[in-house]
Amino acid sequence: MDLIIQLLDTTVRLSVPLLLACLAGLYSERSGVFDIGLEGKMLGGAFGAAAIAATTGSAWLGLLSGIAVAVALSLIHGFASITSRGNQIVSGVAINFVAAGLTVLLGQSWFGLGGKTPQLPKTARFSPIELPFAEAMADVPVIGQIYVELISGHNILAYVAFLMVPLTWWVLFRTRFGLRLRAVGENPAAVDTAGISVVWARYRAVIICGILCGIAGTYLSIAQSAGFGRDMTAGKGFIALAALIFAKWKPVNAMFACLLFGFLEALDIRFQGVELPIIGVIPVQLMQALPYILTVILLAGFIGKAIPPKAGGIPYVKER
Amino acid sequence: MKNELPKWADYGLIPLINLAIAFTVSGLVVLFVGESPIEAAKLLLRGSLGYGEGIGFTLFHATNFIFTGLAVAVAFHCGLFNIGGEGQAYIGGLGAAIVCLTLDTVTPWWITFPLAIAASALFGAAWALIPAWLQAKRGSHVVITTIMFNFIAASVMVYLLTGMLRPQGSMAPQTRTFEVGGQIPKLDFMMDWFGMDIGGAPLNLSFLVALVAAFLVWVLIWRTKFGYELRTMGTSPTAAVYAGIPPVKTVVITMLISGALAGMMALNPVMGEQARVELDFVAGAGFVGIAVALMGRSHPVGIVIAGILFGMLYQGGAELAFDMPNISRDMIIVIQGLVILFAGALEHMFRPALINFFEILSINSKSSSKGAA
Repeated sequence: MDLIIQLLDTTVRLSVPLLLACLAGLYSERSGVFDIGLEGKMLGGAFGAAAIAATTGSAWLGLLSGIAVAVALSLIHGFASITSRGNQIVSGVAINFVAAGLTVLLGQSWFGLGGKTPQLPKTARFSPIELPFAEAMADVPVIGQIYVELISGHNILAYVAFLMVPLTWWVLFRTRFGLRLRAVGENPAAVDTAGISVVWARYRAVIICGILCGIAGTYLSIAQSAGFGRDMTAGKGFIALAALIFAKWKPVNAMFACLLFGFLEALDIRFQGVELPIIGVIPVQLMQALPYILTVILLAGFIGKAIPPKAGGIPYVKER
Repeated sequence: MKNELPKWADYGLIPLINLAIAFTVSGLVVLFVGESPIEAAKLLLRGSLGYGEGIGFTLFHATNFIFTGLAVAVAFHCGLFNIGGEGQAYIGGLGAAIVCLTLDTVTPWWITFPLAIAASALFGAAWALIPAWLQAKRGSHVVITTIMFNFIAASVMVYLLTGMLRPQGSMAPQTRTFEVGGQIPKLDFMMDWFGMDIGGAPLNLSFLVALVAAFLVWVLIWRTKFGYELRTMGTSPTAAVYAGIPPVKTVVITMLISGALAGMMALNPVMGEQARVELDFVAGAGFVGIAVALMGRSHPVGIVIAGILFGMLYQGGAELAFDMPNISRDMIIVIQGLVILFAGALEHMFRPALINFFEILSINSKSSSKGAA
């Protein structure tokens, strides 16, 4: 029982950045702007957050700066793919490179620690929050344990990530903004005919994407760890992208996909090199590749069908 | 309004402007970290072209980028975006390794090398097959699947290099060093003709293979029936289908050629430099290929030039990092990103302004010629 709860707890921790980045991609791609630059934006956000948290000693200022960096990168992507009608994939690749290079270059030039930011003190980080009644519940068997270990004791960004799931669902499927956002991703010409600005709708989606990526990056650098390190996203942006496809561009599915991929990572950490009954030792590399393999299998059509937004990747040209 | 630019402006001026902006912004970054951009540019040029060994290293890096650039370009012409060069090259290395590990003590290099070329191309192509098939048959975006395959390739190679391919008693995740039969000769004799000494630079025969590949790609794309079909497919898939060009076959074969080119990139580091397969030997060359293809406008000549330019950046950047403490090798990654951004994603940024400019120019010249008449 302890083992299961521990495993699930790790799963939740590991899936938070995936979930935030995945929802970020969801907004962008639903509006018709493909985004393979999630990785770069998260990395930029992580660096921005850690750098400012280290200099000011405030986690909240760190968060703001992380968001600002990621939104700035988002706007570059937006400008390239919406205003200047460039290739969205190329733009995403560019953002990943610029972020990977600049974070280390600036980190080295500012802090001189080989691209790392200084180790953050506890006060400059987001620390775990005890939910009410956690102490009283601790003695209740099973439910108490689940409440104390699994639900309580995460940092605020983790709760934000999971609250974003219903919020995103509500925004996308129950508000006018969401309807327009989805319409712009499926049939921009129709939206344009109705007198709504395609450009503005897409820019808003891209900005939201930046904000969420910034929070995801902040979580990595000043909540989960105590500072920024070279390439600390380590492919999480791409796993989030895989999760987005796996979730077929739906918010609640996205949560389950991220939890699944987080669970795989947690299993990998817990059972690394451990001899399991019947199966034997599972190669670490297989566990690491599993999210990608699953996504490819999904794309091959063995698990349902993933249909991306129709206008995704195509710049909108008002008149032909 | 005419929406067209003269050809020389489209193929020469626009890339130059975009490149100039990318380098200007890079210069600003250098300035921002407190170094002089002009000094940096000087160091970079001296490090990459100033002496024989530098040139040797520049061309050695260029070899990688020409292969991966060609891989991206071939796919581009068919309207496909193969960002899986990284993984295809990694798996291509596995093909080369299998040939070298079995034959290096048996056959001389001139027998091993052609076999290794074939094997690396075959393995690279095989790694592109599933994404190609999924794109052609299922319509799943080749970009997404090739990204996934990059990660899967990395996992596969780590698994093999820490397991099966690792010699007994060794801790390092790499294959054993190939004997002479698995190593290809350096091009030092060729540089001797120009009176240059390449010193320790690992410039080798695969550079010439890359140039031959560039020529063959030109023949393929502009001088064969398949090349015509491929370009038609890239310009308008519906027109291609209407003209009776088989879409599935064209897409799959194009991706296989693209993967094969990426796979052959492995020859250069694996057989020409390290004489073994090391962890992560591709080191981002697959992604540099995107920048190279964009900058070279997907034309083999442009790609060779862009490949050499990026070779200079890599070699010169290494020297730069050595001399300027505030600039690490990550500066190259930034420049690379900016080139991709300005020469790729923002390539249309200056087009409208230039079109206007040429319009005004032509109107002026017309009215002045009228005045003369």
